[in-house]
Amino acid sequence: MNGPDAARPLLAVARVSKAFVEGPRPIRALHDVSFQVADGEFVCLLGPSGSGKSTLLRIAGGLIAPDQGTVIFDGRPLTEPQPDIGFVFQSTNLMPWRTVLQNVLLPLEIQRGALDDAHTQRALELLRVVGLEGFERAYPKHLSGGMAQRVVLARTLIQQPKLLLMDEPFGALDALTRERMNLELLRVHSMQAATVLMVTHSITEAVFLADRVIILSERPGRIVAETAIDLARPREIGMTAGARYGELAMEVRRYVGNAVAQAGA
Amino acid sequence: MGAAVKYIEHLLVPVVVLIGVMLWSALVRWQEYPAFILPGPELVWAKLVAVLRDGSLARHTAVTLSEVGLGLVLGLGTALTAGYFLGKNRLAERLLAPYIVASQSVPIVAVAPLLVIWFGSGLISKVLVCALITFFPTLVSTMVGIRSVDADLRDLMRSLRAGRWQMFRLLELPSALPIIFGGLKLSVILAVVGAVVGEFVGADVGLGFLINLARGVLDTPLMFVAVLSLIVIAQALYLTVAIAEHVCLRWQR
Repeated sequence: MNGPDAARPLLAVARVSKAFVEGPRPIRALHDVSFQVADGEFVCLLGPSGSGKSTLLRIAGGLIAPDQGTVIFDGRPLTEPQPDIGFVFQSTNLMPWRTVLQNVLLPLEIQRGALDDAHTQRALELLRVVGLEGFERAYPKHLSGGMAQRVVLARTLIQQPKLLLMDEPFGALDALTRERMNLELLRVHSMQAATVLMVTHSITEAVFLADRVIILSERPGRIVAETAIDLARPREIGMTAGARYGELAMEVRRYVGNAVAQAGA
Repeated sequence: MGAAVKYIEHLLVPVVVLIGVMLWSALVRWQEYPAFILPGPELVWAKLVAVLRDGSLARHTAVTLSEVGLGLVLGLGTALTAGYFLGKNRLAERLLAPYIVASQSVPIVAVAPLLVIWFGSGLISKVLVCALITFFPTLVSTMVGIRSVDADLRDLMRSLRAGRWQMFRLLELPSALPIIFGGLKLSVILAVVGAVVGEFVGADVGLGFLINLARGVLDTPLMFVAVLSLIVIAQALYLTVAIAEHVCLRWQR
């Protein structure tokens, strides 16, 4: 289940460029970006702010169209959002007028039209998986940031997405909660055999979570380096004290430093 | 603790009303005002009983109520629909803004006579005055509400491939509702003002007409009865909206 399967990538981004027209001159967000994500792989996109990582993620999910280049998802060109692709954004985008359970059920309600008992059972099961048993009738305003983001995760998982796109999903949480959520995410990743593409600007987080870290330069974002993370799975917090983890983090840090230096030159 | 405070709050409302009536009564006795300047509560009560007995209050109230009701249906219906589309389409809003603002900047007392000339002194002109005056607050609040929809939630709905109707029902309407209710509360109260203004300009029945009639014969107690009836109608409308809000926005508490 582990290890990239290079034969047929689940997601293939090829030569993607994107510019935004804002003010007098277009801003080039991405320039000639190509990469692939294999089935079951956990890939982190790492880069300084303004490197177009979020734009890249939205293009990879079909939310925005690239100016140039193509995105192939599951063997087909991606031109619009897919139910097979789940998003988790940094802001906890729960609907405040829906209970936790109703929020988790939203994707099914939209796709199936009507809900039955089996759907509810599945939602309750997922809430158990993310550790929110007993909160199904609560409204989002009564949840902490970490709990709310768990609901988002459960809502995303209920679609059984082949690909999970995450944009700094735990960026708004405190460091301790963030660490716990990362472990949670790894558990879900291995249990659900999901493929994850995650945007982050934390080197330590990227190295801890990913099979592969892709490093983007400053605007316009280009891929400057890629590091395979050969740490064993399941990952444990203790690994962050190990020598191999330190080496990998240093390597990634050097690439990120180069990326920033290049852009400055 | 919270429940007890709430209970006391409810109990306070009649007490405050009672104190108001007692002060009013005391003022009349102390200054010995004649009834045509300021009648005491007893005189107004007697008049109320009299017009209730002969059925005239019911007749006038029924007419005003139907004007208010039809005016609200027309005014709010147009405002909610127009507000939704203007909220989604900034170009349309920019093009129509002059008309919308003009409709509100001209005082309703100046427009009402025109409407009476064009549509006669019957029901239609009053319904139109009501609709006109209720239109603006609900229109603006609907527009603002529709625009307040969270961009991330819109992205989410798009990624789930929600259709236009699902987008409206599951996202836009619930997002906008808290703001729309603010506009609705203003609109329903203005509806009563609209009906009275319409009746003042030209009518032979209705609570506004009754006020005019009573003024002509210096029957101040009757004016009080008519005004109090208007207050009761406005209160009832406001309360209806407030209860609907309470039920619809349970999640905010």
